[in-house]
Parts: sequence; C-alpha cells; structure tokens
Amino acid sequence: MELKQRVIRDVTVAFLEEGRGRPLVYLHGGFGLAGHEAFIGHLAERFRVIAPDLPGFGATELPRSWNVVDDLACFGLDLLAEFGLDDALLAGSCLGGWVAAEMAVRSTGRIRGLVLIDATGLKFGDHLTREIADIHAMGEAEQAETLYADPSRARRDTTAMNDQELAALAQNRESFALFGWKPYMHNPVLRRWVHRIDVPALVVWGERDRMVTPDYGRNWAAALPDATFELIHDAGHYPAVEQPGASAGRIISWSEETVS
Amino acid sequence: MRVWHFSEMAYPQAWDVGHRMGTFRVTVPNSHYDPVVGADIYERHFAEYELCDELGIDIMLNEHHSTLTCTNAAVPLAGAVLARTTKRSRLLLLGSPVANRPDPVRVAEEMAMIDVISRGRLEMGLVKGAPYEVAPANMNPARLMDRFWEAHDLILKAMSTQDGPFNWESENYHYRQVNIWPRPWQQPHPPVWITALSPRSGRAIAERRHVAAALLSGGIAGAMFNGYRERAAELGWAAPPDRFAYCGLVGVGHTEAEGRRRADEVAGYVRTSPIVAEPFTNPPGYNPIAANVALLKTGPTAFGARVQTFDGRTIDPTKATVQEFIDARTVFAGTPDQVFEQIRTFHREVGGFGHLLIMAQGGTLSHDETCANLRLFAEEVMPRLDTLETPENRWGEQAERSAAAQ
Repeated sequence: MELKQRVIRDVTVAFLEEGRGRPLVYLHGGFGLAGHEAFIGHLAERFRVIAPDLPGFGATELPRSWNVVDDLACFGLDLLAEFGLDDALLAGSCLGGWVAAEMAVRSTGRIRGLVLIDATGLKFGDHLTREIADIHAMGEAEQAETLYADPSRARRDTTAMNDQELAALAQNRESFALFGWKPYMHNPVLRRWVHRIDVPALVVWGERDRMVTPDYGRNWAAALPDATFELIHDAGHYPAVEQPGASAGRIISWSEETVS
Repeated sequence: MRVWHFSEMAYPQAWDVGHRMGTFRVTVPNSHYDPVVGADIYERHFAEYELCDELGIDIMLNEHHSTLTCTNAAVPLAGAVLARTTKRSRLLLLGSPVANRPDPVRVAEEMAMIDVISRGRLEMGLVKGAPYEVAPANMNPARLMDRFWEAHDLILKAMSTQDGPFNWESENYHYRQVNIWPRPWQQPHPPVWITALSPRSGRAIAERRHVAAALLSGGIAGAMFNGYRERAAELGWAAPPDRFAYCGLVGVGHTEAEGRRRADEVAGYVRTSPIVAEPFTNPPGYNPIAANVALLKTGPTAFGARVQTFDGRTIDPTKATVQEFIDARTVFAGTPDQVFEQIRTFHREVGGFGHLLIMAQGGTLSHDETCANLRLFAEEVMPRLDTLETPENRWGEQAERSAAAQ
C-alpha cells in the first residue's frame, strides 16, 4: 500500500486510499497505522477506505500549536469535507475511536455510521477506578501482555529499522502522550454529549483487551443512542491487527444490515 | 570559588526494598517509610547544613518525589527552614522543577519569601526535573521544555514587576492578576541557576546569562560548559567562571583510606539513584525525537544508566568503585592534597568553573562522619580552591569580535 499526500488547511496529510464503494474513513490508534494494512485490505473489498496518519503520527506533521484532542476532531471533520464525503462510515481504533466520537459529537452531517474499535475517550467509573490501563507506567513486556492476545505481536527489532521509521515511532509515542496524558486518554466533557451521536454505531472489542476491557466497551455501547456491541475472539486491544479478517467482516456485515 | 554542600536527605533504611523491587522511585509503597526515622533524618541534615553556615560553606538543596533516595520533597520548605536557622550561607534551591509545578506564580512567591526571610541569600534554581519526576507530578512530558521556559519567563516577570498586577494568559498558564507579595529582597530578582546535561541546553542558558550547573559527570560538564561559552561568545560576551557550577561527591580523610571509605559511603547515592523501573526512565516526549531514535537504534540495553570516564570508558554507576567514580570525575576522594589535586585537574579539563557543589553526605554516611568530612574539606581543601587559575576561555576572541560587531 502506498501512502498518498494531500494538504488539508496547511497540514500535509499522509493517507492510504484503497478500494471502491461507500467511503469508510479509518482513524488509527496510538501506535499509528503500521500493522493495520491487512485490515484495511479486507475493508477495501467492500469500501473505499481512506486511512490518514493523524497529525503527529506516521508521516503527517503536527502543527506546533496543536495539543488537545479537539484539534484532531476538528481536523477529522475538515478531512471529511476536503474529500467531499457526505455519507461516510467513520471508524476508529483506540485513540482514533476517541477522535471519531469527538467528531460525531460535533457533527454527524457527513457521517452515516460510527465504528468504535477498542476506543478510549470516556470514563465511567469513580475517581479511584482506573479503567484505562496506564500504559506509560509499564515496561515493554507488560505493555505487550496488556495490548495483545498474543504478546509476541508486539515484538519488533528497532535496531533493524531506518531513521525515518524510528523517528515516526518516537513521534507517535510523543503525540500519544501529548493528546492523552491528562486527563488520561479520555475527555470528561465528552460523556455529557455522546447523545448527539445520532447515527447507528458498532462497538467492536477485542475479547482479551486488557488496556480497556470488554466491560468498558459495553459501557461505551450503552452510552451511545443506537449501538451494537461485538466481541472479537483471540484479539486484544488491536483486533484490526490480530484478527484483521474477522474484524473487517464484522464491520461489513453490520453495515449491510444497518446502514442502507 | 564558592563551595556549596548538598545532600538528598536519603532514606537508606529502606534501600533493601528498592533493590528487591528493582526501583528506588515512583512505585515503592510508603509503608516502608517510618516518620519517626524520617524526623531524625531531617534533624541531622538540617544540623549538617547549619554546620556549613559556621564553616563558610554555602548550602544547596534539591527535591525529588516518591523516592527512597531523597526525602526532601519540597525545596522551598527546606529552604524556608534554613533561611531562619542559618545566618551567612547562601541558599541555593536547585531547584524547583517548574515544568512539573502547575502554578509558577506560587513558585515565585515562595522563592521571594525565602529571599526576604534570609535577607537576600537566595539563589534560585529552576530545573527541568528528571524523567522519573513526570509520573509523581503527572504533568505531560510532551512539550515539557516549552512549559519550563514559559514558567521561567513568568517567574522572573512576577519577581521583577513592581507596578502590577499584570496579565498572563497563554497556552500553558492563565493569570489575570499577577502581583506577588512579598517581592524579593534581591533586585531585580535572585540569581538564577539551571541544571543541564547537553551542550544545546548550555547554549539556551547562555542566552539568559544564568548559572549553568552540571551534576555528577565530568564528561557532561565539559561539553555543556563549552556549549554555553560558545553561545555566549556568539552573543558578544566571554562567560566568566561564576556562570558555571559542578556537583561532585566528596570523601576527604586524614588518610587516603579514610577519604575513600567516606566517598564509598557517599557514593551510595549514585549507586541507587539510577535504579528506576523501566517505564519511568524515558517518558514519551521528555527527550527529543533524535535522542529517542539513538536509543532505539541501540536497543533495549540503552535505557540503563551509564557514565563515561574521562579516558572514554563506560561504567555502570550502580556498581562502580570509588576509583571508577574518580575517573569519571563523579567523586573527589582521598587526603586533602589528593582531593585538591583531583579538583584542580578537573577544573583545568573543563575550562574552569566558579562554583563547586560538594555532596559531602550521601548514602549511609553517618552524621558524625559527615561533619568530619565537611570540617576537613572546609579547613584543608576549600582555602586552596581560591588559588586555582582560570583557564583561558578559547572563545574569548570570538566574544570580543561579536561585541565589536554589535
């Protein structure tokens, strides 16, 4: 898959564009798009998939003044407009799911349906309950256990990567902190407004996600006006990476049943 | 040469727990801290600082959080105590981790109050804070240095503004009525110190003409001082020695063996300080992208602490011997003659400096031993430091040319 580029209001955005059909915009999680190619390939059998590197991730620059998830949400809405999409499915994983929900709260004018995959963004419990695992307080081994059903998925040999890949890795990590450090990976305001998401939603969750558990996902689905909840077996926080076929299949069948 | 004593007020009584858990910071439960023992620890350290006041040694304080290696958790609090109980020593608070403090105006007020209580003896250190300080403060490590420099600007403006209130509404800080009472004794504000590790940071400090302090590694000090001198010269001034400070551990004795034995105990500080659980050693965004790329290239082993000796060897500070620490200029140890010689050599190697911050207490070194260490240093080493000649500033001519061109 080849990254394309397009300038959206002074930001040069890198994105993948695959397939034909109803547009589906896919927003990646905190580790970027790498590893999500197979999932995008499956979706492209049914949809025109547009998957940008969010600003501050992968090959998309981060404007110096941006520092809150609102920036990413308004950027996402600009992206829908720039591509001329008015009936898109909007999907997001982890941080990308949070951004997708922030977009939909602002306007569903160009969004026909919302897909949240192990999305963060909300807090349901009290102040003593840590619902989103503190990934920044974990070593690499514990992170792998937390994020993947098969922790060997997290293994990577950074000594074999080139400077550009390593810089993207470091930049992704920094941006993940920038947008999600405090409040940690959620926006207390968002929960007051999720009722505004007046389009059908599919909440897809990795059965073995320990970053945000399936119970957290069920709470997400319950908070939305019209949502279906689906578990993906043998997947952790990134079902798109661990079970790309099953995850894409679930989205395709939901869209056929729900979104005319 | 001004000499300053510094101790972290460690809690070695629980160090076995730190070793067992593989971390001395952030996650060791404070059930391992006994406040009765802790009170004795504060008592002895304040007594040692008060001895410094008698001996003509200045005082340096710092702060860390959630750790067994430093129970001084709030530098203005210890500074306020010593502002009352000492009379002569200057009080260097090195420093307040301002990017981790949500309220810089409060920092300015606290510092001004200490400056007034001490009748103008405050030296105001503003520090980035170590990477493992991010977790206890829970401040965003991304763009931390943006916050640091903005807090620096706000603190100095708060201290030096006498016709306030003024307004400060920015990305990071929001105030509409900044007007600190008291204002500082020293005008326009107390001297500012900043700690730094890299030549790049040295250059940034040179632009403000503050004192740049390097800690515990001779190699880091030399490169950082040179970054400062070079930038100063570009701006048209030759940075004098009083713009540079170096902190090393000291063990001085009547015999070499006694001095080295004391240094060995003090070195308990450097042997434990870097033992930190992996995720807290390099929070995202704390280090620049290029530094992270270099770390990732080296692989996972890169995250362990390493110190370079002056002849290019790499040592593991958690296990190093006194001799290895001497080779890295982390420790000055032996008889007064030997300690003076080591300092003299190092002073020449790094182009001179005007402030020597000695850690005469660290680790398990007892109160009596610390007092003996301080006394011997004050009597036998300190007087000779004024005989050190300042090495030639190799950017001196450039400074003159830049000044002439301005």
